Amino acid sequence: MTAVIELKGVGKRYDTAGAPALGPLDLSVAQGEALAVTGPSGSGKSTLLNLVAGLDKPSEGTVTVAGEQVDRLGEHALARFRRERIGMVFQFFNLLDDLTVLDNIQLPAQLTGASRRRTQARAHELMTVLGIEKHARAYPGRLSGGERQRVAVARALVNRPALLLADEPTGALDSVSGQDVRELLVDLHRGGQTIVLVTHDPALAEACASRTIHLVDGHVALDSRSEAVR
Amino acid sequence: MTGALVRVVRSGVGRRRVQTVVIAIATMMAVAAAVVAGSLMVVSHAPFDHAFAEQNGPHVTAEFDPAKVGAGQLGATGRLDGVTASAGPYPLTILRATDSSGRQPPAMTLVGRTGPHADVDDLDLTSGRWARKSGEIVLSSSYEGPAFTVGDTLTASDTTLTVVGFATSAARTADGWATPAQVRALASEEHPVTSQMLYRFDAAGSKSGIAAARKKLLAAVPSGALLGTRSYLDTKRAADTGAAPTIPFLVAFGVLGIVMSVIIVGSVISGAVGTSLRRIGILKAIGFTPREVVRAYVAQALVPAGVGIALGVVLGNLLAVPLLDDTEQAYGTATLSVAWWVDVVVPAGALLVVGIAALVPAARAGRLRTVEAIAVGRAPRTGRGQWAHRAAGRLPLPRAVTYGLASPFAHPVRTLAMLLAVAFGTIAATFAVGLTCSLNEVNAIQDPQDRSAVTVFTGGRTVAGGEHVPAPGTPEPEPADPAQVSAAIRAQAGTASYYGMGQEDATVAGVSGTVRATLYQGDSTRGAYAMISGHWLTGAGQVVVPGQFLESTGTEIGDTVRVTVGKRTAVVRIVGEAFGTSDDELEIQANIADFPATRPREFLVDVKPGVSAPYYAKRLAARVEPLGADARANSPSEQDNFVFILNTMAALLTLMLVCVAGLGVLNSVVLDTRERVHDLGVCKALGMSPRQTVSLVLASVAGIGVLGGLVGVPAGYALHGFVLPVMGHAAGTDLPRSVLDVYDVPQLLLLGLAGLVIALLGALLPAGWAARARTATALRTE
Repeated sequence: MTAVIELKGVGKRYDTAGAPALGPLDLSVAQGEALAVTGPSGSGKSTLLNLVAGLDKPSEGTVTVAGEQVDRLGEHALARFRRERIGMVFQFFNLLDDLTVLDNIQLPAQLTGASRRRTQARAHELMTVLGIEKHARAYPGRLSGGERQRVAVARALVNRPALLLADEPTGALDSVSGQDVRELLVDLHRGGQTIVLVTHDPALAEACASRTIHLVDGHVALDSRSEAVR
Repeated sequence: MTGALVRVVRSGVGRRRVQTVVIAIATMMAVAAAVVAGSLMVVSHAPFDHAFAEQNGPHVTAEFDPAKVGAGQLGATGRLDGVTASAGPYPLTILRATDSSGRQPPAMTLVGRTGPHADVDDLDLTSGRWARKSGEIVLSSSYEGPAFTVGDTLTASDTTLTVVGFATSAARTADGWATPAQVRALASEEHPVTSQMLYRFDAAGSKSGIAAARKKLLAAVPSGALLGTRSYLDTKRAADTGAAPTIPFLVAFGVLGIVMSVIIVGSVISGAVGTSLRRIGILKAIGFTPREVVRAYVAQALVPAGVGIALGVVLGNLLAVPLLDDTEQAYGTATLSVAWWVDVVVPAGALLVVGIAALVPAARAGRLRTVEAIAVGRAPRTGRGQWAHRAAGRLPLPRAVTYGLASPFAHPVRTLAMLLAVAFGTIAATFAVGLTCSLNEVNAIQDPQDRSAVTVFTGGRTVAGGEHVPAPGTPEPEPADPAQVSAAIRAQAGTASYYGMGQEDATVAGVSGTVRATLYQGDSTRGAYAMISGHWLTGAGQVVVPGQFLESTGTEIGDTVRVTVGKRTAVVRIVGEAFGTSDDELEIQANIADFPATRPREFLVDVKPGVSAPYYAKRLAARVEPLGADARANSPSEQDNFVFILNTMAALLTLMLVCVAGLGVLNSVVLDTRERVHDLGVCKALGMSPRQTVSLVLASVAGIGVLGGLVGVPAGYALHGFVLPVMGHAAGTDLPRSVLDVYDVPQLLLLGLAGLVIALLGALLPAGWAARARTATALRTE
């Protein structure tokens, strides 16, 4: 199966004198796979996600996502990469409070220069699927946490990305909303969406992921696919 | 202040370095602008009085006959009752010299002094040095002759005098100074040496006081020894009239500078404190009292602002130097400097503004419930500006641009401050451009004779200074026959048009004393003055007069007046009011045909296109010299010194105000960008490119820039329309439409764009910073 993510010898140091925040590690995520990354605080989960998303550059190694070597891309190319190849869902939603739900969802598509008609059609399609169409004209501040995260997921999917990155997507939600989002991710995975999910929640990882890796001190301590313990 | 509080302030100042630097720079520029503006306003107030007091100027300048009163007796007059100080006696003579090109500048009062300093009339040596030996001369900066520079030479009575310096006398006690021996050597039978004494009296504030002082002097010396006196009140009146036009101009810039400084400082500080609410919440959560929070934040604003204020005072004093130099030249007064109290009041005022601007949001933050303060930046914002995002989203523009366009509506107060900064910058630019155009137009129209390519002198003495004079020792030739000269000009190949002109003293019924009459022969349209109302001369029986004439005679256009030139009296009709800047003498223009005895002294000639004026003049000179006339090409009219000074000042002041406006925008955008850094991080995480980020930030000020331009251009236009007539009235004249209507539509559109340019330049730096900000870091920012 084609690898959507290919990390080779990837390491990240924030401080040249200190220990590496991540790796070096090798990791491959296949298309359609849902990978859960778990581990304690400071284990390198968010660093890994930032490297895959092109938000940060590795100190060593190469990061290839959907066929593009991300660590070699310039700022403009990275922006294009993020808007076309990946969708991101954050713990605190990161919706723009000044924009309506519809405008938030459309934003990544509008940044690509897509036509208004197309972006609107796609946004409405996603809102219908995610059950938030009635909130199209509402502002994020008026929605519940679960609804906001659904809006964030819709925004992440608007450009049909090859990869969905989710950083603690249920971390800021109550249990009912958390369950709601969990089911949504499961549905997306069943639909063939490749997902990388960073979470503290073993239940979420178990429910949504086809594979789990556990990071400790920047290294893969457990990979459910190989069940190899370092 | 407790140690913990000091550490909070120190870390607050250090942590937000960009904002700290921006506060310091914006405050510095605003204070510098206020110091300059305040200084200009101060020196605009009674410039003569200031200079006169600084130089200990003489209340009475007296001239004595040395044959009748000796130096010892004159020295004793300095101890007369009521005399508080005196200087002299200095030898004095009248110098009629020729310059290196053979022209004779106006006669000058030459005084012999060994140095510039004295108890009375303590001169300011503005350039060069003092005359040390014979053959050297120091000219007065207020000498109304041609422009000389150090090193130029003058010749008088076979003596060559080299200009070695320039000095300023507020009381205008002389046109030039040389060593006493040199003055005595230059004296002639026609202009013998006299003795100049300078006095200060304890009661010299009025005409009667001066008259009483004069009586005392008269009584103290032998009969006939006192040749004449001049009161400082006359000099003051002339100086004040000369300075008057600059006052409205300086006041306009001064008010603009001060208002803008207050707006910028206020918005910078209140914005900086207002964006720190979350940190304030944390401080309260760990145990700081509301009062301590307020003190911490006021102090945090005062630290960089205090540095900015101190630097601003220094910068303001440095910037004021060239402007005050220009003002000195415009006023013809002695060395002007920044008033000490401006250096005290401006920083004190700035500190007060900073304090109030910081106190209001800090007090609000202090009162805010801790949980609310902490929630700022984390909880979703609601309300303000959402409608703007909805509306902007519908515009057929890239999303980054429409997102930026709607941003200002989230912070109406900050946006208003930014708008005012841009509007004031645009007002300054519009006003300065209009002023420059108007002054250039005044320069172009005030001497219409200068428009001609060639002047033909018919010989003999002319009224105006700078006439061509024969070489010393040669007899003065008979004036040429104007008819023959006219025929010669007509016959000369290359002549396009010409007219004759003569100037005579005239008397007008109802006007005391004489007026200067300029009389024209032929079609003088080319030499027509700009008309304020009515029309230029079209034939005999007409007269064109300045506004002062109409005012002093109570006449109006259409009335007739009796004008006498020589023995000929003519009744002429006033057909127009001409623009003229001569403030010392009334001048009228009429047709020479009404005064047949008058002969043209000059012919002003225009040459056909493609004909070289110097070549034409040379050929014509060869033709008219045998007739006793001379022809010379006119050099292009030079810009009037006063106009040049005002233009320079306007340019400098505008540049400064535009910089301050740009800094105001920079600060607001820095604040806005810092506040929105998380949102920008989200946008970048969603795929917004650096270019789109720059577009977003620039678009967030573009609307303000356009609106600032739309407000600033009409306001600047109105300010120009208000100030120019006031300047004209101060100079004793109305202004023609061509001086007032100087703006054209493309120019106004360009000036409207100035607002946009100021806004975009101010936002460029934070836009670049936003584009370069690391997305991961921005996403972690709360």
